[in-house]
Amino acid sequence: MYTQSLSIPDGDPKGPRKVENPEYEAEFNARIDAGGFIEAKDWMPEKYRKTLIRQISQHAHSEIVGMLPEGNWITRAPSLKRKAILLAKVQDEGGHGLYLYAAAETLGVSRDELTEGLLSGKAKYSSIFNYPTLTWADIGVIGWLVDGAAIMNQIPLCKCSYGPYARAMIRVCKEESFHQRQGYDLLLQMMKGTPEQREMVQDAVDRWWFPSIMMFGPHDSDSVHTETTRWGIKRISNDDLRQKFVDATVKQAEVLGVSLPDPDLKWNEARGHYDFGTIDWEEFWDVVGGHGQCNVDRLAARNKAWDDGAWVREAAMAHAEKQAARALAA
Amino acid sequence: MERKEWPLWEVFIRSRNGLDHKHCGSVHAPDARLALQVARDVYTRRMEGVSIWVVKASDIVASDPDAKPELFDPAEDKIYRHPTFYQLPDEVNHM
Ligand SMILES: [Fe+2]
Ligand SMILES: [Fe+2]
Repeated sequence: MYTQSLSIPDGDPKGPRKVENPEYEAEFNARIDAGGFIEAKDWMPEKYRKTLIRQISQHAHSEIVGMLPEGNWITRAPSLKRKAILLAKVQDEGGHGLYLYAAAETLGVSRDELTEGLLSGKAKYSSIFNYPTLTWADIGVIGWLVDGAAIMNQIPLCKCSYGPYARAMIRVCKEESFHQRQGYDLLLQMMKGTPEQREMVQDAVDRWWFPSIMMFGPHDSDSVHTETTRWGIKRISNDDLRQKFVDATVKQAEVLGVSLPDPDLKWNEARGHYDFGTIDWEEFWDVVGGHGQCNVDRLAARNKAWDDGAWVREAAMAHAEKQAARALAA
Repeated sequence: MERKEWPLWEVFIRSRNGLDHKHCGSVHAPDARLALQVARDVYTRRMEGVSIWVVKASDIVASDPDAKPELFDPAEDKIYRHPTFYQLPDEVNHM
């Protein structure tokens, strides 16, 4: 019901729906100002549509590529329990990707075009997944910090003005809490283990902390969000979300018994928030630009999976067509 | 890279007996049987449903959003269709 074209009655006084039209635009803005939702077949400015396609598909690609660093440890999970949990978590991320692709497709882009964007490297995904998972502790830290940061980012999106995206995000957010908790639980268990295991946890925290707080994106002073804010797509700024995440995480690190690798991290009574040190944005842009440790591997893995699966997709389609022809003949 | 994507199916789930099936999203699948299976994997990993319907997206007929006024506005001024339109004496107003 979302991607097939709707026939427009001839002689529509407002003209073709896709064309920019001040009357439509006024209605659209009024609905957003009233806190209402825009649905798939409603008129929307082309730029709103394009911005959403870019954001939702980047988000979907991140979920899909995000399966790779954790998938790396499924066969090496230290117990059957942890293996079952990790499998379920990674499967969820695949599901999130699929919810989001479906939401993007409601905007009139095909799944094949979206896939092509990822495989060709034209579309971006979250830079965090270009870091390697070196030890089992990384799996716990990803759940705790990376999923934790993702949750902060995603909760405001449940109220985004585009209905299909907002609904997909509600589904995603319901599942994310398990991701963060299983990661923290895994780390708690390791912290009760040997000194080597505790060191492993601290090492993982040291490597993932700054990349995790970079996940919120550039500082507000360096990013342009006027339109996404105007349109109710982005509701809370990068810096505000980052601050919220830092404030929430300090206590969790304390309970866990690890230190966060930032000497400038301290409570600021006047602000009522934690201050933290300078973020290395050069590293951030480097990874975005394709020069992270795993960019090449991630894209290669996705391309291989797509190519290796081609014969299955074709065979399934050929079988379905044959069955349909047979049913018609009978 | 030649691509031929699988058709799109809309997915409706009854979360428990006694409730309606409700639209929850869509999946791509080559046929109905696989669409059900994919829908199960994607939308019911935590016992969200007891029954699934899948419908080929191209088979769904939707109303035109531009026709909203002529379709739905006529109901707006028919307040006598609602129980609250009728003021009854206090003693019987629970009717
Ligand atoms: Fe996710
Ligand atoms: Fe997650």
